[in-house]
Amino acid sequence: MKPASVRILVGVFAVHAFACTAVAQVVIRAKTIHTMESDSITDGIVVIRDGKIAAVGTAGSVSIPDGAKVYEAEVVTPGLIDTHATVGLTGILNQKQDQDQLEHSSPIQPELRAIDAYNAHDPLVAWVRQFGVTTVHTGHAPGELISGQTMIVKTRGNTVEDALVREKAAIVATLSSSARKKGDKSPGTRGKMMSMLREAFVDAQNYLKKRNLDDDEKKASIDLKKEALASILNKEVPLIITAHRANDIANAMRLAKEFDFRLILDGAAECHLLIDEIKSAGIPVIIHPTTARFSRDLENASFETAAKLREVGILVGMQSSYESYVPKTRVVLFEAAWAAANGLGFDGALRTVTIDAAKILGIEDRVGSIAVGKDADLAMYDGDPFEYTTHCVGVFIDGEFESGETYKSPKEKK
Amino acid sequence: MKRFWIPVLAWIMCIVPSAMAQESATAFVGARIIPIVGEEIESGVLIVKDGKIAEVRATDDRNFADGTVVVDVAGKVLMPGLICTHSHIGGVGGGDGSGPLHPEVRVYDAINIRSSGFRRAVAGGLTTLNIMPGSGHLLSGQTVYVKLREANTIEDRFIHFKDGRIAGGMKMANGTNSQRNKPFPGTRGKSASLVREMFVDAMEYRDKMAKFKDDDKKRPARDLGKEFLIEVLEGRRVVHHHTHRNDDIMTVLRLSKEFGFRVVLHHVSEGWMVADEIAESGAPCSILIIDSPGGKIEARNLIFETGAFLEEAGVLTAFHTDDWITDSRVFLRMAALGVRAGMSRQKALEALTIAGAKILELDDRIGSLEPNKDADFVVLDGDPFSVYTKVLETYVEGKKVFDRSDPEDFLHAVGGFGAGHDQEPYLCCRSHESDG
Repeated sequence: MKPASVRILVGVFAVHAFACTAVAQVVIRAKTIHTMESDSITDGIVVIRDGKIAAVGTAGSVSIPDGAKVYEAEVVTPGLIDTHATVGLTGILNQKQDQDQLEHSSPIQPELRAIDAYNAHDPLVAWVRQFGVTTVHTGHAPGELISGQTMIVKTRGNTVEDALVREKAAIVATLSSSARKKGDKSPGTRGKMMSMLREAFVDAQNYLKKRNLDDDEKKASIDLKKEALASILNKEVPLIITAHRANDIANAMRLAKEFDFRLILDGAAECHLLIDEIKSAGIPVIIHPTTARFSRDLENASFETAAKLREVGILVGMQSSYESYVPKTRVVLFEAAWAAANGLGFDGALRTVTIDAAKILGIEDRVGSIAVGKDADLAMYDGDPFEYTTHCVGVFIDGEFESGETYKSPKEKK
Repeated sequence: MKRFWIPVLAWIMCIVPSAMAQESATAFVGARIIPIVGEEIESGVLIVKDGKIAEVRATDDRNFADGTVVVDVAGKVLMPGLICTHSHIGGVGGGDGSGPLHPEVRVYDAINIRSSGFRRAVAGGLTTLNIMPGSGHLLSGQTVYVKLREANTIEDRFIHFKDGRIAGGMKMANGTNSQRNKPFPGTRGKSASLVREMFVDAMEYRDKMAKFKDDDKKRPARDLGKEFLIEVLEGRRVVHHHTHRNDDIMTVLRLSKEFGFRVVLHHVSEGWMVADEIAESGAPCSILIIDSPGGKIEARNLIFETGAFLEEAGVLTAFHTDDWITDSRVFLRMAALGVRAGMSRQKALEALTIAGAKILELDDRIGSLEPNKDADFVVLDGDPFSVYTKVLETYVEGKKVFDRSDPEDFLHAVGGFGAGHDQEPYLCCRSHESDG
C-alpha cells in the first residue's frame, strides 16, 4: 500500500508542477501602473511568475515572455489592503450564527484567536475582493475593552489556512463608549476602563517574571490570556486601540507610554485635535472610514482628517471598520476615494490602501506595492479607481486571477 | 422747479412699493446647466426671480432686464436641488412601543429643526426631503415633506398641497423590522392581517360617518387615526412602504390593490427579482445603494443593479439617503454607483430630482430647472457623478442656504470639532452595540 500511494502522490506533484510551469507566465499591460514605489508608469507591463512579481516597467523596457497570457487594463494598482476590518468574522446576514467578532462574556479576552473564527466563504470576502481588495487585516471587533486578536488574510482560499498571511497580527482594544457596560457591570466608566487595562498589564508583567523563574515549583503555569497580554508587552504584536474622542486617544497614548507597547490608533475621529502629540509619539493611525456615521463618539469626525495626518507625515491606513447594521461592511476603495476628494489627493489616498497600510501592518515586504519579488497581488480598473463610475475589472492574488465587479444585466435576465 | 418735482415724486412713490414687493432678478451666467427635463446646456443662463425660475437660456446671452444681478458661474455645473424621498433627519420618532399601528402620529411633531443633520443635508445639495418615522411598526405614522429653507420652526419648512394640507404621506413597513414581541405581529401572515383589519375598520368608520352625518347619536366618535387612513383610502395620502424581500413587495402590492391605496415601494432590496411585477402595478420605487449587501437578513440580496433593473422594467425610480443609514452629504454618490451598475446617466440624474418630485407629487414645483418652478438648485464644481466634485452652493426658492466658502457651512460640509454636537442617531431596529 505504502509504495503505491507514494507513487501516486509523486505523479500528482509532477503533473501539478508541470501545470504551474505552463500557466505561470502572466502579463498585465496597462496604460497606467501605480506601483507605489516610484512615479506611476505610463504604458507599463507587469510580469507574474510563480505567484510573485517577476518584472515591472514600461512596455519598452520589459519584454513579454513567449506564450504568456496577457491581460489588458486601463489602470493597475497593487491589490488593495483593508487596514482594519472584521470581514469573515462578521457574516453578511447579521444573525447570531454568523457574528463572531465580539464575545461579551468578559471584557478582557486577548487570547481569542481570529483564525478560529474566520469564514473564508462568507460572501462579504468576495464582495470586497471584487473591488480590488486582496489583503484584509481582520479579526475581533471594537466593542469590548480587549476583544481578541486579529490576523491578516488574502481574500481568496478555501480555508483560513489557505488565506493566511499572518496568524496573529495584533490585539485589539477599545477605549470608547462602545466598551462601556450598563448597570453594575464593569467597565462602566472611562476611568474604570483605564484601571482595568492597567491592572491587566501589571498582572501580565508579574506573570512574565514568574514564567521566567528557574524554580519549577514557583514558576507560573501557562495562562493563555496572560501570554497574549505578554506578547503586547514584549512588542511581539501591537495593541490597536479604537478611540475616537480626544480624551480617549490621550488615554490610549498614556497607556502605551506607561507600559511601553507598540500602539496603533484606530478610528481616532478626533485625532485632528491631537496631531502634534500623535506625530511626536510616532504612532500610526488607522483612520475611521471617511464616510463613517458622524454620531456619538464620532460626532466631531471630519472627511479631512486623513489629509491632515498625512500632511505632517503620520502614517495613515484606511479601514472598512466594524459595522453592526446596514451595510455590513464598507469597502476601503470607496472610503479612500472620498478621502482623496477631501484633501488627501489621489496618491495620498491610494497609499492608505496600499503601501502605507502594508507598513502599518508590517507586511510591506510582501504586499502594498508593485515590485519585483513581492506577491503578485494586483487590481485592474477601467479608469481612475476612485471614480464612482469606474469598475474593477479583475484582481490577481498570489498570481491567481479572480474576477472583478460583475453586474447582472436586466436584459440577460429576459 | 416745484412743478417739475411733483410728478417725479409721484412717479417714485408709485415705483418704490412695487420694487419692494418684487426682488430684482438674479442671473447665473456661464454654467453648464443640467435641467433634467430637456437637453443639457453647455453654457447657459439661469434667471431667478421671486424665488422662482424665470428663465433658462441655452445660450450665453447676457441681455438682462435692468437691475438684474449677474452672478458669474462659468465652469460650474447647475442642476436642480436634490430630493430625498426617504430621510430620518431631525431625530424623528413616530409611533412608540405600545402597538404596531399609529396612523394618528405626525412625524412633524417630533422633528428637531435645529438638528445639524439639516446643515449636512444642504451641504450635500439636498433641498427637499420626505422625513419619515421608522420602519419598526406596520404603520409608524405620517411623514412630512419639507423644503430646506432657513427655518426657526418646522412650520417654516412645510410644503402645502393644493388643498391646503401640510404635504406628507403615511409610513408603513412589512418584513422583519415590524415583527417583534407582543403586541407586535410575529409573522408575515399576521402582519398583513393586522393591516387588513385596520383598513377594514377605517372603511367602516368612513361609511358610518357619511351615513350618520346628521345624526349626532349614531355618528361614531371622531377618530384621528382613521381620519388619516381615509385620506389614504381615498388616494389623497400616499403610503410610503418599507419593504425588502420579493414576497414582501408582492404583499404590499396585493394590499394596495385590495384597498385601493396608492403606494411608493421603499428600499426594495429584492425588487430586481420582481421588477416586471412592480412595473405592472404602476407603483414607483424609492431605493438606496449601500456599500455592501447584508447587515440584516432581508438585505442579503441587495445589489447595485436595482436601479438598472427598475429602469429596464419602466418603473419610476428615485434614490433616497435613508439618512442616517447613509450620509446626505454623499447622496450624489448613490446615483453614480447606480450608473456604475448599469443605470443610464439620465435616469440616475432623474432619480435624484424629478423622479423624487413625482413621487412626492410636487413635480409641478420642483425637480427640474424649468420656468415657473421653485428656484431650488445646486452649484457644483464638476460633473455630478465624479467623486472629486463638490457642492459649492445650494439654493432653496432663490435663497442661498449653503455656501461652501462660508466657514460655518464648510464645517458642516466636511465635519470637524463642533459640527455634530447634537447627533444622537436615529435608530429603528438596531442595538446600540458597538459603533466603534
